[in-house]
Amino acid sequence: MSKVQAGPLNDFMNGIWKNNPIFKQVLGTCPTLAVTVSVMNGIAMGLATTFVLFFSSVIIAMIKKLIPNQVRIAAYIVVIATFVTIVDIVMKAQFPDLSKSLGPFIPLIVVNCIILGRAEAFASKNTVVRSAFDALGMGAGFTMALLVIGGIREELGSSKFLGTVILPATVEPMLIFILPAGAFLTLGVLFGTANHFEQKKKDKELRKTIEAELASKTAIAETVEENPQKEEV
Amino acid sequence: MELFIVFLSAAIVNNFVLSYFLGICPFIGVSNKLTSAFSMGLATTFVLVLTAVVTWMINHLILIPAGLDYLQYVSFILVIASLVQFVEMFIKKTSQPLYRALGIYLPLITTNCAILGLALFMALRDYTMMESIFFGLGAGVGFTLALTIMAGIREELELADIPKPFKGVPITLITAGILAMAFMGFSGLI
Repeated sequence: MSKVQAGPLNDFMNGIWKNNPIFKQVLGTCPTLAVTVSVMNGIAMGLATTFVLFFSSVIIAMIKKLIPNQVRIAAYIVVIATFVTIVDIVMKAQFPDLSKSLGPFIPLIVVNCIILGRAEAFASKNTVVRSAFDALGMGAGFTMALLVIGGIREELGSSKFLGTVILPATVEPMLIFILPAGAFLTLGVLFGTANHFEQKKKDKELRKTIEAELASKTAIAETVEENPQKEEV
Repeated sequence: MELFIVFLSAAIVNNFVLSYFLGICPFIGVSNKLTSAFSMGLATTFVLVLTAVVTWMINHLILIPAGLDYLQYVSFILVIASLVQFVEMFIKKTSQPLYRALGIYLPLITTNCAILGLALFMALRDYTMMESIFFGLGAGVGFTLALTIMAGIREELELADIPKPFKGVPITLITAGILAMAFMGFSGLI
């Protein structure tokens, strides 16, 4: 990830960490907090959002020239709402249990800021292929964040992972983690941790650039000392 | 009495922000200052009540009789977006001071999940017209309450010595967690 790659792969990787929708852009926090009671719910929500994000990004990138600028937000919302309706109907028919446990949060994908945000910031300005990769990356980043949060909450709140008990029985499940309060606490602590590592990385880079600058300065100073005629360097 | 329970439930016991996680974006974004938080809360309450009335009518007078239930999401979100636009224009024409106080927050309200959430919960629970209005009002009061409390705490947090990586969003989330825990104390109320 440290290497800057051009093209679709870069668009894809961008969403996974560098511009992760949850930890970097703070978008889509409502579904993140609401559905991460268990890993399964998190994955389902992530996949549903990725599906909507992918298709609406592609469609919006295709028709971006046809939409008048003044009504673009309304047009985007209609496209998004259509795909959300498709997801909702399919989930109700194929996975009724999952649909019930996610409840109104499937239709609420319509107002998930990630989707509208990517439509406005990326798909309306870029080609179809790039928008598709960007949407996939953002979706993957979102799903991964949900997976991590869901994992922690299910683990601590009900001692399970994907429904199977993995912690020894001596560890009491902490109910607070599957209640709303635990959602806020988990995301807050995770967010802070992510910031901490980011800060460390930045400090390291800063130190590197300063050291490089110092090294080049001393090199210049040395050359100046060696050839006193070239002082204007 | 029934109506009062609907109101109280939406406002305090099942607070929209702290137990349904609706409207977290403005909750984190606009809770820096007490005055702007309160204005945002009022603007949202106003739109919530209007949405409750309009979406109830659309759902029960047009969509359900015509058997177009599957168009609910598309029509709800369009109604909300145009309603917000309309309210903005109306306030701009009629009351300049109010527009200056609420103006910048109004466009943000369209993507506030609390609004669409309200419409969806109403449809899901089959509320009557009156119940819907009280539900909207309760949701608005609850949202304003949570936002104002949070803004008050955040103004104090400015002076606190927080570890650097936790400044900003993380500490807000953790505070919200503690606040949510406090609101859990109301759960036996109804």
